[in-house]
Amino acid sequence: MLDFNRNHFELFGLRPAFRLSREQIDRAYREIQTEIHPDRFAHAGEAEQRLAMQWTARVNEAYATLREPFERARYLLELHGVQAMDARNTAMPADFLMQQMAWREQLETAKGKSDINALQRLEQAVRGEAEALERELAELLDERHDYGRAAETLRKYRFLDKLLVEIEAAYDEIDG
Amino acid sequence: MALLQIAEPGQSTAPHEHRLAVGIDLGTTNSLVATVRNGIAVVLNDEHGRSLLPSVVRYSPDGSVQVGYEAQAQASADPHNTIISAKRFMGRGIKDLPDAATLPYHFVDAPGMVQIRTAAGVKSPVEVSAEILKVLKRRAEASLGGELIGAVITVPAYFDDAQRQATKDAARLAGLNVLRLLNEPTAAAIAYGLDNAAEGIYAVYDLGGGTFDISILRLTRGVFEVMATNGDSALGGDDFDRRIYCWILEQAGLHAITDHDKALLLAKAREAKEMLSEQPSVRITAVLSGGELIDLTLTEDAFNDMTESLVAKTLLPCRKALRDAGLKPADVKGVVMVGGSTRIPRIQAAVGEFFGQTPLNNLDPDKVVALGAAMQANVLAGNKGQDDWLLLDVVPLSLGIETMGGLVEKIIPRNSTIPLARAQEFTTYKDGQTAMMIHVVQGERELVSDCRSLARFELRGIPPMVAGAARVRVTFQVDADGLLSVTAREMSTGVEAHIEVKPSYGLTDEEVARMLQDSYTHASEDMAARNLAEARVDGQRLAEATRSALAADGEALLTAEERAAIESLIATLERALAGNDLKAIKQAADALNQGTVEFAASRMDASVRRALTGHRLEEIDV
Ligand SMILES: Nc1ncnc2c1ncn2[C@@H]1O[C@H](COP(=O)(O)OP(=O)(O)O)[C@@H](O)[C@H]1O
Ligand SMILES: [Mg+2]
Repeated sequence: MLDFNRNHFELFGLRPAFRLSREQIDRAYREIQTEIHPDRFAHAGEAEQRLAMQWTARVNEAYATLREPFERARYLLELHGVQAMDARNTAMPADFLMQQMAWREQLETAKGKSDINALQRLEQAVRGEAEALERELAELLDERHDYGRAAETLRKYRFLDKLLVEIEAAYDEIDG
Repeated sequence: MALLQIAEPGQSTAPHEHRLAVGIDLGTTNSLVATVRNGIAVVLNDEHGRSLLPSVVRYSPDGSVQVGYEAQAQASADPHNTIISAKRFMGRGIKDLPDAATLPYHFVDAPGMVQIRTAAGVKSPVEVSAEILKVLKRRAEASLGGELIGAVITVPAYFDDAQRQATKDAARLAGLNVLRLLNEPTAAAIAYGLDNAAEGIYAVYDLGGGTFDISILRLTRGVFEVMATNGDSALGGDDFDRRIYCWILEQAGLHAITDHDKALLLAKAREAKEMLSEQPSVRITAVLSGGELIDLTLTEDAFNDMTESLVAKTLLPCRKALRDAGLKPADVKGVVMVGGSTRIPRIQAAVGEFFGQTPLNNLDPDKVVALGAAMQANVLAGNKGQDDWLLLDVVPLSLGIETMGGLVEKIIPRNSTIPLARAQEFTTYKDGQTAMMIHVVQGERELVSDCRSLARFELRGIPPMVAGAARVRVTFQVDADGLLSVTAREMSTGVEAHIEVKPSYGLTDEEVARMLQDSYTHASEDMAARNLAEARVDGQRLAEATRSALAADGEALLTAEERAAIESLIATLERALAGNDLKAIKQAADALNQGTVEFAASRMDASVRRALTGHRLEEIDV
């Protein structure tokens, strides 16, 4: 019997790894939805329609987790019993924090001046660093299985992820 | 509530009968109804061969109602009682209508949604919309020769929960069974995508009379996946008309004018705008009620200048939607143009420039939404087989609840795929706190006061604990119509509260039932007979669905006893269906539904498994 509570990777028929391409995840998602979406059961009995709805909500939730690198890594760590975002784990290397502060300052300046070009430069720099951290995460999680260090890297990654969200918001703000 | 043909007892509907279902584009300016006939989607015309129904409703003192062209013709003669663009008022309070003072209506500020005082009494926008839907329903039933089992009604993708709920209420009030609320750009994408066997990333730019939507979709082998949507539910061709109208007043040195003259000049403005899509300049002439003569010439250049900011206003949501989808304009393979206002040459040029390509105009921008809705209605009515397309749509605006200090905690971010459920835990902030107020809001801003308030409810009966000890889990559930319901539950005690998020003006089921009952009494139809007919068709449908499920998977998934038990429940239901006892039919149907829960679960499991085997081997052991 299929278990509603199997983990997201099992549900999608994917190996539990960080290094998954967006195409792999998207394809698995579409294939499952094609079978279980409530619209497929428009003509079925009530029980099946209700189940289809529950399954689809469940699959959408899994998809939202798997497709975002941050959420995927956090979830993988959770499966290995590591709560990466535990509030007690707040220590960060000083140079990393300095870099964060510098970037935040740049963000404020760009926003203040409505300077789209500066914002784009900042975004590029942050994305570059985020990608480097993603590579590191992949190695720590998938090859070395060093979950303690992966959690540290993920906490750094989270800073960048949040910064990118703020950069997006800044674009919206500048656009009016 | 399905409204169906009344069949004689024992006379069962043929097993694979074509079910009559329609798609309705309930537009701000124009509405249409379409259906799939012999596999092809067609718009249904009125008896004069016209496909569009102007979304205009006129109320007369004797209570009679005119809808469409007839009503439109009276707009300037009777501006107070002729409701134009009622869609702009759906789910909106008076404070949401910045231009309320300039409109000719006598608004009544009711809680949640404005109402309008007319010669036939106070009407809510829901009732006005229901009048339009009733006409389209009659048109469809006359043309298809039977009663509809249901309709897909389209809404702007950027409609919030209140606007969607209002639309659904209007449909119920018109006696329509809503198969689905479908986003307009998504409907257009279905019609376009299926016609052109399109694959890749497409943008749908829909500028109608009163709303603007942009949706970015990915089309992959029969899956239509909305990646992001954005828009402005108060921007459209009407705004272009007003720019011209203001220009006329300025040029003619007019200040105070009567509502009659205003309606007249707005109509002239719209006419001029539409002509400018075909020619470089247009002459505007009118005689006002005081005898003043208006005679002006408007050039396309002047028109473009005065509307430049409106055009720019549509590009901002385009940028945002692309950003949300993580794409650049160059990633977009085609831009489908929808809505009458995309005929404006300057819009075509601006959209082309933004996306770096010539927009696609090969489908009639007036009809494409209704056609797509009809195609989806056909699927949802069960008229098609397994290899249909699949739609994956999103919520347009983030949903959240109010937390300390008037801040919003987002629970469901915008552009999340529906249907979905998501829970978050909150706690009490005072010692001994026994109740928790839950304020549900929708929008992107951080402050509650900047978002739309959808509902407030209270979870009571939390046992007194120290602050921070209670664990209140709030679950948001968004269904396939994009409508939200919220449940709150204290985890240690199980105390629970639940609401369908219905804005305070939302019609209760009883109100709708009463209104429908009234209209049946007038039509001297028998409610009891209809209830029986509906239950019978639902029962037949269920028996049929269960039989085909047994045929497909009974062998593989059930023991002989389990199968026999289900078959006996079907037999009981079929005996009840042959009789006239409403209660017996309902009971037998309930019993069958109950009795197949496990079988249904096994079938779902099998479906999921089937989905997995497709790609499992190649990917599991890479
Ligand atoms: N040829 C045209 N040129 C410019 N605008 C047009 C033209 N034809 C229709 N429109 C405008 O399109 C709008 C109606 O579009 P439609 O898609 O029917 O709207 P809705 O979806 O809001 O009902 C009106 O504002 C109308 O003036
Ligand atoms: Mg429209």
